[in-house]
Amino acid sequence: MVNKNNEGILGGGVMKKAVYYINQFFAGIGGEDQADQKPEIREGLIGPSLAMNSMLDAEITHTIICGDNFMGSNTEEAVKTILGFLDNVEFDIFVAGPAFQAGRYGVACGTISKAVKEKYGVPVLTSMNEENPGVEMFKKDIYIFKGGKSAAKMRDDVKVMAAFGNKLLKGEPTGPAETEGFFERGIRAQIWLDNGPIAARRGVEMLVKKLNGEEFKTELPIPKADRVEIAAPVKDLTKANIALITTGGIVPVENPDRIQSASATRWGRYDISNIERLESGVFKTIHAGFDPAAADADPNVVIPVDAMKAYLKEGKIGKLHDYFYSTVGTGTTQAEAARMGREIVEKLKEDSVDGVIMTST
Amino acid sequence: MCNLIPVAVTVGSNKIVPTISIPYPLGDPQTPKDVQWKLRYHRVGVALDALTEDIEEQTVFKVKI
Repeated sequence: MVNKNNEGILGGGVMKKAVYYINQFFAGIGGEDQADQKPEIREGLIGPSLAMNSMLDAEITHTIICGDNFMGSNTEEAVKTILGFLDNVEFDIFVAGPAFQAGRYGVACGTISKAVKEKYGVPVLTSMNEENPGVEMFKKDIYIFKGGKSAAKMRDDVKVMAAFGNKLLKGEPTGPAETEGFFERGIRAQIWLDNGPIAARRGVEMLVKKLNGEEFKTELPIPKADRVEIAAPVKDLTKANIALITTGGIVPVENPDRIQSASATRWGRYDISNIERLESGVFKTIHAGFDPAAADADPNVVIPVDAMKAYLKEGKIGKLHDYFYSTVGTGTTQAEAARMGREIVEKLKEDSVDGVIMTST
Repeated sequence: MCNLIPVAVTVGSNKIVPTISIPYPLGDPQTPKDVQWKLRYHRVGVALDALTEDIEEQTVFKVKI
């Protein structure tokens, strides 16, 4: 049951209530080896909710914990379970994260916050770094505050969310995205300016600046979509040269190119022309964003060299490119990823590769 | 080929074939080797066929195993 009364305002003394969402890591349960942790709800404060509780004009009564992989791979079950917990809890606001640059955590915070908002109609807040894929996915649905890259920024990020949350709890007016510090939701609000020129004048002033080649600031920003053109289909697979690429960090065990385990700026390519599959002990993963046990035991579960060799033998494909390409996708910025992508494509073109299968973890 | 389909859609991947998890996209270590192989062989086959498809918009391809 959700507390929708106004006693906090009318009575002047009743404390509002909040629920907090964190992942297994920030709950102190464990890292990647515990990322399959199923959702649980605990009374009281754990990890980041302690800091939030000290700044928010509401009492955080419960903290919900869910493993990032569980949320990512069993989304429907995770959301259903968590909403089930909340059916018996009274709360006025829901806070998740901050997720910083942790991609799966960001997506989890976005997923659960959106579901809570839709079901209970309470304000939801979260925070992520701009490189987090959760921003693009959920910024139109919920308030996502612009957060730091790592947990070193925890206190700052929580403070910004708390300040905004307090405005919402008190029913005070809130400002536009830029002023408040959240990502633009693509919502246009009309506001009265207390002074200054009217819209017609501002519009003409902008036009004059534009005509003079001067900088001006639009009042109606149009979000840019960064899209990749759909590639022409491979006409004849039986003659095609197909390459494998992964962001799963599979490398020869000595990691000869010293690819970083997170926030990678380097990639490598490794010869598979004379092997039938990737053997454990010869190849491994250096990716720090997931439990490496399965990939180390059988690297083909991340980059399917064995299956591609089988299709080559059957004649389904003309050629398997002599090298597979590898880097690490966790914490890697979009700018670095795009640069590495361009460098790899250049090599693939030199080697007349017709098509690529890319696996990600 | 990936597990987090909504992420792939958001970042603009055009041809998407689902995998089964983050740490082991193409073979669950809790299952026997031949089961893992069948799954991997099937899904990689779907991905290869997807390369030949002429699509008009982002497409998530269906897998059977």
